Amino acid sequence: MGSDVFQPGITAGRLDPDSYAEHFSDLHPRLDAHEALVAADRCYFCHDAPCITACPTDIDIPLFIRQIATGTPDAAAKTILTQNIMGGMCARVCPTETLCEEACVREAAEGKPVLIGQLQRYATDHLQEQGIHPFSRAAATGKKVAVVGAGPAGLSCAHRLAMLGHDVVVMDARAKPGGLNEYGIATYKTPDGYAQTEVDWLLQIGGITLQCGTALGDGFTLEDLREGYDAVFLAMGLGGVNALDAEGSNKDGVRDAVDFIAELRQASDVAEVPIGRDVVVIGGGMTAVDAAVQAKLLGALNVTLVYRRGRDRMNASVFEQDLAASKGVRIVTHAVPVAVHGNGSVREIEFEYVDDAMKGTGQTLRLPADQVFKAIGQTLIGDGIPELDGRKIKVSETGRTSVAGVWAGGDCASGGDDLTVTAVAEGRDAAMDIHKVLVG
Amino acid sequence: MADLRSEFIGIKSPNPFWLASAPPTDKEYNVRRAFDAGWGGVVWKTLGFDPHVVNVNGPRYGAVFGADRRLLGLNNIELITDRPLQTNLDEIKAVKRDYPDQAMIVSLMVPCEEEPWKKILPMVEETGADGVELNFGCPHGMSERGMGSAVGQVPEYIEMVTRWVKANTRMPVIVKLTPNITDIRKPAGAAKSGGADAVSLINTINSITSVDLDLFAPEPTIDGKGAHGGYCGPAVKPIALNMVAEIARDPELHGLPISGIGGVTTWRDAAEFLALGAGNVQVCTAAMTYGFKIVQEMISGLSDYMDSKGIASVDEIVGRAVPNVTDWNQLNLNYVAKAKINQDLCISCGRCFAACEDTSHQAIAMSEDRTFTVIDEECVACNLCVNVCPVEECITMEAMTPGSTDPRTGRVVQPDYANWTTHPNNPSAKAAE
Ligand SMILES: Cc1cc2nc3c(=O)[nH]c(=O)nc-3n(C[C@H](O)[C@H](O)[C@H](O)COP(=O)(O)OP(=O)(O)OC[C@H]3O[C@@H](n4cnc5c(N)ncnc54)[C@H](O)[C@@H]3O)c2cc1C
Ligand SMILES: Cc1cc2nc3c(=O)[nH]c(=O)nc-3n(C[C@H](O)[C@H](O)[C@H](O)COP(=O)(O)O)c2cc1C
Ligand code: SF4
Ligand code: SF4
Ligand code: SF4
Repeated sequence: MGSDVFQPGITAGRLDPDSYAEHFSDLHPRLDAHEALVAADRCYFCHDAPCITACPTDIDIPLFIRQIATGTPDAAAKTILTQNIMGGMCARVCPTETLCEEACVREAAEGKPVLIGQLQRYATDHLQEQGIHPFSRAAATGKKVAVVGAGPAGLSCAHRLAMLGHDVVVMDARAKPGGLNEYGIATYKTPDGYAQTEVDWLLQIGGITLQCGTALGDGFTLEDLREGYDAVFLAMGLGGVNALDAEGSNKDGVRDAVDFIAELRQASDVAEVPIGRDVVVIGGGMTAVDAAVQAKLLGALNVTLVYRRGRDRMNASVFEQDLAASKGVRIVTHAVPVAVHGNGSVREIEFEYVDDAMKGTGQTLRLPADQVFKAIGQTLIGDGIPELDGRKIKVSETGRTSVAGVWAGGDCASGGDDLTVTAVAEGRDAAMDIHKVLVG
Repeated sequence: MADLRSEFIGIKSPNPFWLASAPPTDKEYNVRRAFDAGWGGVVWKTLGFDPHVVNVNGPRYGAVFGADRRLLGLNNIELITDRPLQTNLDEIKAVKRDYPDQAMIVSLMVPCEEEPWKKILPMVEETGADGVELNFGCPHGMSERGMGSAVGQVPEYIEMVTRWVKANTRMPVIVKLTPNITDIRKPAGAAKSGGADAVSLINTINSITSVDLDLFAPEPTIDGKGAHGGYCGPAVKPIALNMVAEIARDPELHGLPISGIGGVTTWRDAAEFLALGAGNVQVCTAAMTYGFKIVQEMISGLSDYMDSKGIASVDEIVGRAVPNVTDWNQLNLNYVAKAKINQDLCISCGRCFAACEDTSHQAIAMSEDRTFTVIDEECVACNLCVNVCPVEECITMEAMTPGSTDPRTGRVVQPDYANWTTHPNNPSAKAAE
């Protein structure tokens, strides 16, 4: 424990260097060859395997695991990447406990699923670390597609289109590609710059021009793109955040969790990221948990995550909740923020307890806080975009929007969970549909 | 606790678990530790005359693995003892003196002439050993020199050598058989005619376990080349069990004592050999895989089993399954069973479905929600689903009661026994009387 943990206020360097290194290392260290063989041997090679059905990208899991078991991890990687070009990132960030591993029959049999995620990482790392890109481009079609957003949805779509012979221009508002892989995912899930490594590897296919620092709506419109390209794929994620409806929420020390996480992800040295002594996170999703856990890892003394409903309603999986608890995050449920107290900067935050129907009980809770993170949901921003379905762009099964020649996928589009793997699946499927439309 | 004491052709041992002639019984150091660990007896690593043989200096084993690198089959190209004869004899004598209650058998392999046998037998007697085992089984190296399986594959030689040995020693004689023949009853019969007190089987099976796909050479590979070896371990048990049963149920050979060898790994394997007619068992690969301590599980397991069955002595198990080993044409064709899936145990892996749908009788149905059920109209009770299901006891074979109708054939299940010899489809059927 560093000497500065008791220091009030928002300060950097609360811990000693070793603690930082330990806290932000790989959450699941990668399997070595022996561990991978032992884990692979547990797979039953199920018929019409339920794990495949549970994977949003339909990776042929029994096949790739058998390929690992028989000593051909590169063939396994190709099986994975054929379905999911970001299989490497997904292996690190997928909530497998609610996807493939939840469906694994060995979860039913023994409560211990085959380690699908970790085996997937073993195979994809094995291939990518040799610099091998196992895909090549089909003959050029002469068609040109614009992709807005270089997150998982955009990149997945771009790769598939390039492979099919189209030329692709990917534009992203940020300085670096990768979307939330680069700016959002928890540090300990993707250490050592893997997001950029993966993007570089993906771009080896060729035919993809990346334009960072280029934002739709800033100098060009969707109409311009429709005119300049044969098709457009919108994958700009959810750039906005919901506002906190509580008195005094504009005080210093109150900020969006996603900004804090992005700052942390971009820091060249995590020790330089300042953190409060008493941190309160509001929200119940993956972003809330990630902010809370990482606040703790940065050396915050007290971190409390406050959610307005019961634990069972939290979007963060049980695994994520347990992870937070194991790191020392306190989870408070059934409480809504009503006021932020403090003189200029936040000092305390006040909640009211609510029942299951979200009705106020009149009982309140005051938590000391020198930093408050809001993680109460992200929203789509943008003008002149296609018709919405609720708060997201309305799309068909294959990603078609209300506007001819414009497809959308990932977090900005309706349907599917807001997960990396879902974004990859939607990008791929839209690419297949665009291809069908462009070349008949 | 059940009484595990065993007496095999007059040789007493505290239990029926002997170590087979092989590396575990290669020298004094090993055998003392084996006896201390609880083994009932040993067959000392095969002796020959000096100059002693030499082994290769590269790898001598190859293996076949199951899941989690569990060793299922072992292949070896080791020869008989590679130490001087007198060294072995001195050690045998010293060990036997210190362990009078454990069985000490000496395995022998000398050229196929009477003189060498006449010469070596008194030397063995002098050690105080309880008996000899004639190694007519080694399939590699020694056979090229006219010994081992080169003798074991010619019944006339077996009979001749056995007779020489019986004429030249008072010790009980066990003849160890090679499985590398077509009909195990022939060499067993030859041993019996030659006067053998017992046969032991099986020795190892000719094998190549794997090929190095970079060198394109069999494994184990020695300087780029490989030779066939002898296969043993769990994988050979079914072959050994059948050969033991073939001898045990043969009218001519009935009553010939058998020492069962081949893949014995657990108490259960041992009990199976006993049930099929072996008077005791010998173990090699299991000890080489896990060390001498496994005998403790064999002892506790067999005695638990005997207690639970109310069996007082090992002899009561010996041969108990032999009357139930029959020929295919004697099996009851009126017996009808159906597979049944226990839905509480089923984990919905679908392996039974894949197996039955792709390679059998399309008798398993799969629903949208992955419920797997047997279609009695199609099920021929082949048992494949039972064998591929990863969950024990999940699929069972249920016999149909006589009088009910088999939905597959539409025929009423008959209460009486009827086999192929009288079946109407059999061109040479004899009409039932
Ligand atoms: C903190 C946090 C943690 C998460 N953790 C996980 C996790 O562990 N596992 C998991 O599966 N999912 C996780 N998610 C969800 C996951 O990151 C998203 O579902 C996924 O990244 C969505 O991909 P996308 O391509 O649709 O959008 P994004 O990844 O958001 O990418 C959109 C891109 O579009 C760019 N863009 C936006 N507007 C414009 C514009 N006008 N012009 C040009 N470019 C624009 C952005 O700069 C960005 O690069 C997490 C999300 C957050 C916020
Ligand atoms: C390395 C090795 C060496 C062996 N050497 C002999 C031997 O010298 N004499 C002999 O009769 N059998 C020998 N055998 C055969 C074993 O005694 C035994 O018959 C065979 O391995 C089958 O039993 P198991 O499946 O328990 O190993 C040898 C087996 C192995 C693995
Ligand atoms: S469900 Fe589990 S055991 Fe079955 S194929 Fe998938 S990973 Fe293998
Ligand atoms: S088992 Fe022992 S002798 Fe054999 S190779 Fe290994 S270390 Fe050497
Ligand atoms: S093989 Fe066994 S566990 Fe698997 S579906 Fe069939 S009955 Fe169920």
